[in-house]
Parts: sequence; structure tokens; C-alpha cells
Amino acid sequence: MHELSIAMSIVEMAQAEALQRGVQIRAVHVKLGALSGVVKQALLSSYEMACDDTLLRGSRLVIEDVPVVIFCPKCKVPRPLSSVQLFCCGECGTPTSEIVQGRELEVVALETQ
Amino acid sequence: MSPEPRLVEVRKNVLKQNDMVARALRARFRAAGVFVVSLVSSPGSGKTAFLEKTLTLLRPHYRVAALVGDLATENDAARLACSQAPVKQIITGTLCHLEAAMVQNAVDEEEWDLSQLDFLFIENVGNLVCPSAYDLGEDLRVVLLSVTEGEDKPLKYPTIFNSADVAIVTKSDLAEAVQFDSEATRRNIQAVRPGMLVFQLSAKNGQGIGEYLGFLAARLAESRAAAAV
Repeated sequence: MHELSIAMSIVEMAQAEALQRGVQIRAVHVKLGALSGVVKQALLSSYEMACDDTLLRGSRLVIEDVPVVIFCPKCKVPRPLSSVQLFCCGECGTPTSEIVQGRELEVVALETQ
Repeated sequence: MSPEPRLVEVRKNVLKQNDMVARALRARFRAAGVFVVSLVSSPGSGKTAFLEKTLTLLRPHYRVAALVGDLATENDAARLACSQAPVKQIITGTLCHLEAAMVQNAVDEEEWDLSQLDFLFIENVGNLVCPSAYDLGEDLRVVLLSVTEGEDKPLKYPTIFNSADVAIVTKSDLAEAVQFDSEATRRNIQAVRPGMLVFQLSAKNGQGIGEYLGFLAARLAESRAAAAV
């Protein structure tokens, strides 16, 4: 359970931006990859806790789930992965470990007013 | 009337701080010519016994040291000290994983001359979830799985298996007693991480460990040859 420390980092980052820009933040938008190692529900509940006693108090965390995309070495194109239990091309079945997308853990935008 | 909300783009990696420290560590390790191996597994899979054996067998031929992470106690460091290699315990308190800054602090506190080392091992906290996201500046991440844990562990924890470079099946001396299905395990590892190198061994009787040590020696030589170019 490392979601609380992740949530605290997010709040810290957003707070620094808020101070720097002199704005109030209503929501923080993050991208969360299926292979980020972070559990969405745990992050959401940790966020509320992490916001306490900060400028972010009362703000929302908006999470965009990022599915895994692999690169098929045979088809030579990126393909969505249908299951993280089976890393292979959904079209031709070629196994691959080349991950194009899905490890994201990023703050992408701040909703201000 | 409240003003319209505005969306400001920022794009910042949440683990940026850790990644930056890890990058600096990796550069430092590389410059010193030390090959760094981290170990991850669930609690009780035999990381410490495996590391103890690794240090003992490597020490006559290589200069080795180890950092070992645990929530509490220095028991592991005391066990590993039997190998005569320099060992430093990192106590994480309530933290369920090691972070790059902890590795950096430990290395600095010990004042180890990294250029006098061939291998540095980092044993992570026993946990198959949280350590996956934290780069420690290692050259090689090894995930351990003991024969007593069940063949489907890779399918249950695909993220950590996917973040690792090599898988090691430990406690092979118990394989028969627990009717361990080696083929099924390998199949499951390949499903979540195609092409992953797998070693099956026993730290207790030493079976299979020679192959792994040979692999480490080859990787050290490769890494130094690449640095010399």
C-alpha cells in the first residue's frame, strides 16, 4: 500500500503549481497506467487524506485509466493488450514484452478557477 | 457566479523525484564499474538465504556488498554478515518498498568506495506490489518465487514480473515434496514477460546456483566492456 505516498506527491506537485500560478485548484487530472503498480480506488481514498491541511483541500482527483499497449514485432504495429496475464499480440498471437503504453503515473492537468 | 473552470496542462511524472535520484545513482554506479542487482519477492520466498549464498560464493572471486531493506529489525544484515561481505541494513519503518533516495543515503553513510566493488546487491522489502514502480538505479532486477508459493504467482502479480529482468525459482530442494509444477511456472512467467530468463535453484544445497553466478559474471563483463567503449 504505497498509494498514500503517491497521493502526497501529487498534492505536493499541485500545491507548488497553485502557489506559483496564484490560482485555486478544483481538480487534479492524472493518467494512471494499468502497469503503474498503483490501485485506482486506493489512490482516490488516499488523495482525500493527503489533501487535508493543504491548499488542495476539497479538490477532486480525476483519474484517466491508461490501458496497456504493446508493440507487435511481427505485425510491426502497436496493439492494445487484452489481458495483463498474457503479453502477446491480439491479432497474430506473437509474444512480446515491448510496452508502448501502460506504465503512466502522471499529473496531466489542473482544473483551476 | 463562480468563474468558469480552466484546465491548465502540466504533464509531470509523479515519481519524477525518485526517477531523477535513480538516474544519478545509475550513472554513479556505472562510472565506478559496479554491477548492481536488486532482489524483489514476497516475504518468505528465500531472498535472504539466496543472497547469503550468493555473497558467500562470489566473495572469493569478486568484491561484493549488500544493502538490505526491511520494515524493522537488523536480523537480515546480521545473517548476511556471516558471508563476511560488507552489509548495510536499511530500515524503512512503515514504508513497504525501497526508494532510490534510501539507496543513495545508505551508500553515502557507509562511505563505500564503489570503485572498489564488483557487485552491489540490494534486497528490497518483501512485497510483490509496491516495489515495482520504484527505480533504484539497478542494472538488473531479479524477481524471486519459491516452489512453495504456487505456480500462478506470476499471473497474480504481473506488474512486478513485468518490471523485472530475470526470474529465479528458489527452494528447488522442496519441489518434489510440494509437487511443484516447474513447466506451468515457466509458462506463466513467459505469459506475463515473454523472453524472461528463468533460473531454478536451491540456496540450501546449491543446486543450480552456479548457472546463475555464471550469468552474473557475464553481465558484469558485458557492462564493463560497454562502459569502456
